[in-house]
Amino acid sequence: MHDMTAPQGGHALNRKELAADERREKRQILGLSLPAAAIILVLLVIPVGWLFALSFVSNGEIGLANYTRMIEYSAYLSIFSTTILISLFVTLLCIVLGYPVAYLLGQMPPRLATIGLAFVIIPFWTSILVRTYAWLVILQRQGIVNDALIGIGLIDEPLRLAHNLTGTVIGMTHVMLPFLVLPLYATVRNIDGDLMRAANNMGASPARAFRDVFLPLSMPGLIAGSLLVFILCLGFYVTPQILGGGRVIMVSMKIQQNVQTYFDWGAGSALGVVLLLIVFAIFYLVHRLAGLDRIFAR
Amino acid sequence: MHLPIKLTACAVLAFTTAATAQEVTVASWGGSYQDAQSKAMFQPTAKELGITVKEATLSGLADIRLQVRSGAVEWDVVDLGATDCAIGAREGLFEKLDYSVIDAQGIDDKMVKDHWIGVIYYSTVPAWNTATVKDGPQSWADFWNVKDFPGDRSLRNRPQVMLEMALLADGVAPKDLYPLDVDRAFAKIEELKPDIATWWESGAQSVQLAKDGEIDMIAAWDGRLSAAIADKAAIDFTYNEGLLNADCLAVPKGAPNKELAMKAIAKFVSPEQQATLTQHISYGPVNVRAFETGLIPEEAQGKINTFPANLEKQIVVDAEWWGENGNRMRERWDSMIQR
Repeated sequence: MHDMTAPQGGHALNRKELAADERREKRQILGLSLPAAAIILVLLVIPVGWLFALSFVSNGEIGLANYTRMIEYSAYLSIFSTTILISLFVTLLCIVLGYPVAYLLGQMPPRLATIGLAFVIIPFWTSILVRTYAWLVILQRQGIVNDALIGIGLIDEPLRLAHNLTGTVIGMTHVMLPFLVLPLYATVRNIDGDLMRAANNMGASPARAFRDVFLPLSMPGLIAGSLLVFILCLGFYVTPQILGGGRVIMVSMKIQQNVQTYFDWGAGSALGVVLLLIVFAIFYLVHRLAGLDRIFAR
Repeated sequence: MHLPIKLTACAVLAFTTAATAQEVTVASWGGSYQDAQSKAMFQPTAKELGITVKEATLSGLADIRLQVRSGAVEWDVVDLGATDCAIGAREGLFEKLDYSVIDAQGIDDKMVKDHWIGVIYYSTVPAWNTATVKDGPQSWADFWNVKDFPGDRSLRNRPQVMLEMALLADGVAPKDLYPLDVDRAFAKIEELKPDIATWWESGAQSVQLAKDGEIDMIAAWDGRLSAAIADKAAIDFTYNEGLLNADCLAVPKGAPNKELAMKAIAKFVSPEQQATLTQHISYGPVNVRAFETGLIPEEAQGKINTFPANLEKQIVVDAEWWGENGNRMRERWDSMIQR
């Protein structure tokens, strides 16, 4: 009996100690994360809450005027659908262009890969405004592309590449590409090359090995990069403003217009709130389909 | 201990009140426009009235709304776009102007209102690139005529003035323009839409488009076009059916020096100062008597948009109509552009 109680008592004591230890650690973690939580509260939660509250105020009166306007005028629906469609399209283009780049960089020896990566990052350091105006110069009616194509006799009339949707998509894809390549490269770099070789040994064709082994393993990076691109696209302002020729209106531009037209923050806030809800909905959808927690945990 | 501080505070207070009795603060748009106003209007007025004219810059009606609604009005006179003045007047943001002090003789009735008065004219005119277009459009009907005047067009991305233009192109007589037949105007703009390469946003962009040959024909502002032409850009324009629009002056409600503000405005719209302004910037005086002062050299007169020979070709935009309908038109315009 004696022999049995002694270890039991020690065990209980141990457990108590352990629990106390755990609580202490939790407090420590809580304490350490407090500054970050405070920053998020002050810089994100409060402003977003304020934005949300303002969206119900129109000309000093509380009401739904800012929201009913969105239903009243057909422009708003098409602005939201244009914004989402452009964002989707740019994301797709980024995947098509960026995946091979990330794949290639992943296969390169580290030293070469670093140089290659530099080429991806350098444009990233140039101002968006400068890059966008550069595209205007390249794509416009008397721009380099049209002059060259007419010069070699491929076309007679200049193509309309700028001041429209085409120009906007080209410009945005260029700006967004690094946001896809960088997270994707980080994932691809860590895929064990032996896995592909093993698949080949088992008789899989290179295409099959890519499809069944490499692609699924690169998925977390691809989804993270695509989400990043897509969500950043939703808030684009400069590029569609300059390359869209007034024809392409995205949500952020309409927010600016509304603040100007109605001299009322609420008129812009309501659009911001709807855009935010759309982003949340998309996040949720992706989460349900792909399991974001699993992706980001890996 | 606190006495010296209090004393200084009193002294400062006394000093500022003494000073404010003799000064008036004018807010305008900065840049070359305000430089010109300062030379032609603000400084001479200070001298003539023996007061100090302090200058400030603004970015639009929202600034005035903020000052008036918060009860902290700092400016005595503000310079705004006429449509903004019309909107501000409807919102009760301005003091009534005292026309026993301000002499509005020589200024178009459309620019003389209870709460605001015009100060300069700018004109939206049909212009073209002379390198790609031989015979430019001489009316808005020509501008809309894509068969006889082929080429890419550009209009401003705002309904203001563009709707007027469309109606003139559709054969509406200038005297029947207002109230605008909105449906007819939008239908006419839809008609030209396939040939509009760009909807321009800023004045600088409009000139760039015309200069670079990005478009062949454009509806743009005469002041900037003139400046570009002076810089040898391949651009030409006509005052035929040009649409005159104005900047205006108003006194924010609760302005600290209301009476003095009236006297200053009286000076700013006087024929003499109106004439002097044209020597510093190519905007037209609202007061046609400026041409009788002899202060505008003969050779410069023909280039000013309110020179009688140019004025009679043009139509004055009704700011009040836009004050009433502007926001509604803007929403409809955006819907039209999006489609």
